[in-house]
Amino acid sequence: MKLLSVSRLTKSFGGLTAVNSVSFDVQPDTVVGLIGPNGAGKTTVFNLITGIYRADQGEILFKDQSIVNFPTHRIISQGIARTFQTIRLFQNLSALENVLAGCHSQMKSGVLGSLFHTPRQRREEKMALEEAMEALAFVGLDSNALQMARNLSYGKQRLLEIARALATKPSLIILDEPAGGMNEHETWQLVALIGKMKERGITVLLIEHDMSLVMRVCENIVVLEYGSKIAEGPPQEIKTDPRVIQAYLGVEEDD
Amino acid sequence: MIQYKTIALIITTGILAVLPQFLNPYWVDVLNNIGIYAILGLSLNIIVGHTGLFNLGHASFFAVGAYTAAILNTQYEIPVLWLIPVCGLSAGLFALIVARPIIHLRGDYLCIVTIGVNEIVRIALINNVFGLTGGSNGIFGIDRPNVFGMTLRTPMEFYYLILAFGAVTIFLFRQLEYSRFGRALNYLREDETAAQGSGINTAHYKLAAFVVGAVWAGMVGNIYAAKMTIISPESFTFWESVIIFVIVILGGSGSIPGVILGAVLVVGLPELFRDLANARMLVFGAAMVGMMIFRTQGLLPQRPRKYTLPQGRRNGEGGE
Repeated sequence: MKLLSVSRLTKSFGGLTAVNSVSFDVQPDTVVGLIGPNGAGKTTVFNLITGIYRADQGEILFKDQSIVNFPTHRIISQGIARTFQTIRLFQNLSALENVLAGCHSQMKSGVLGSLFHTPRQRREEKMALEEAMEALAFVGLDSNALQMARNLSYGKQRLLEIARALATKPSLIILDEPAGGMNEHETWQLVALIGKMKERGITVLLIEHDMSLVMRVCENIVVLEYGSKIAEGPPQEIKTDPRVIQAYLGVEEDD
Repeated sequence: MIQYKTIALIITTGILAVLPQFLNPYWVDVLNNIGIYAILGLSLNIIVGHTGLFNLGHASFFAVGAYTAAILNTQYEIPVLWLIPVCGLSAGLFALIVARPIIHLRGDYLCIVTIGVNEIVRIALINNVFGLTGGSNGIFGIDRPNVFGMTLRTPMEFYYLILAFGAVTIFLFRQLEYSRFGRALNYLREDETAAQGSGINTAHYKLAAFVVGAVWAGMVGNIYAAKMTIISPESFTFWESVIIFVIVILGGSGSIPGVILGAVLVVGLPELFRDLANARMLVFGAAMVGMMIFRTQGLLPQRPRKYTLPQGRRNGEGGE
């Protein structure tokens, strides 16, 4: 059973084919890495999966249902959550409120419930508050709940984005360079956190430039170059794959 | 802290309750205008302050409410205050129809379209659309409102009606701020892509913000029609929209006390400085320019929401 199945996904911007017929599968309860040199189209693949861009061609199946070109909020409510490469927090709101944004799709109250604070709305609000605190505690930010997001350190902002994504109760979480800007200690914490997510039954798909992290946490790796998939397999295979080495280090010139 | 706030609230309510007793009818009427603009400002605050959508056509929603009240009251003699929900609904429906096709526009583009909507409404009213709006003379002879058998005539009587409506508005809008709906609007304002990425249907909430703001403006339109007993297109010009917009920006986007302060300053101060004749507009303009340079967030900016964290998690302020 595949959790996510991407097949022949294609997207061009003007004359540039950013993603060219990429196919890969994500098995449940695994950590999958998407790597490749800069400009290989990794983030574009993420943006296609989460509906931020519309695909030109191809199919994306999540839990055996097509989600290709669904609006983002519907994809999120189906159980895919994501973080962004450049941190996109609500900087002027508290950490808690940032996570409550993730709880949004789990809640139901509308305008009238919100205006009149009906008993159901109050109950739901209380539940959401608890769940948000729980998500903050999960990433170790519960003591920063009432701080403004912009006042948190860079590493903590990354963790807060993960907490916000987790609050949507995803079965698949997509992390776009989660270790970007983190120091070594924070990166170690992140590795532990990814392990904890896996224990919870959350499948992880991540883009990362830190190869030691990728090799450590991923069970399966997909390598992109110039928008096409050039390799796929477990870390050991990828490490020794000549095409991958070529893509990263360049071709040796023969005389 | 809570007690201090309660005391402040009681004192403010007390002062507002007895204030008109010490003022002549002219100044009470000034207070009424401030009240009407304050509620209009609060309704626009949902759209501009909370959601960050630039709407420079709010007077058109106000107009739809006022004309709904005037037409239904003069044609069918329905008591004017009974029409408050109808006016809200008609303005909300109007907003829904108008905003639906333009809601995806960003910032300045949306702003320009709302200006256009305002002008279309004003010109349609002048041209006596459907033969109902009375052209540029407007509609006169709207009945005076009746509350529990008492007909409201004097500014002082209207003062209490507006005060009551204002109090209800403040109460409900504060509840709205502290809710899933209110937060969703703020997420949208802060970062639309991130809001989408968190699972929020941004198009839906933009539209809902417009509709809620319009419903309230429509209800204020009813009270305005009842107070004036005569309405004409002149009262719903682009300039009116600008004034409401300025109230929100000057007072503090997203802040209820800020918007009220904005209304007091924008509507009240020109009355205080009437002796200065035209110079007052100069001072007013200069003050606004200064504000936008030195205090862009408004006089009383939106304050962070307060949350009582669940038991067992005490320290909110700690860390870092």
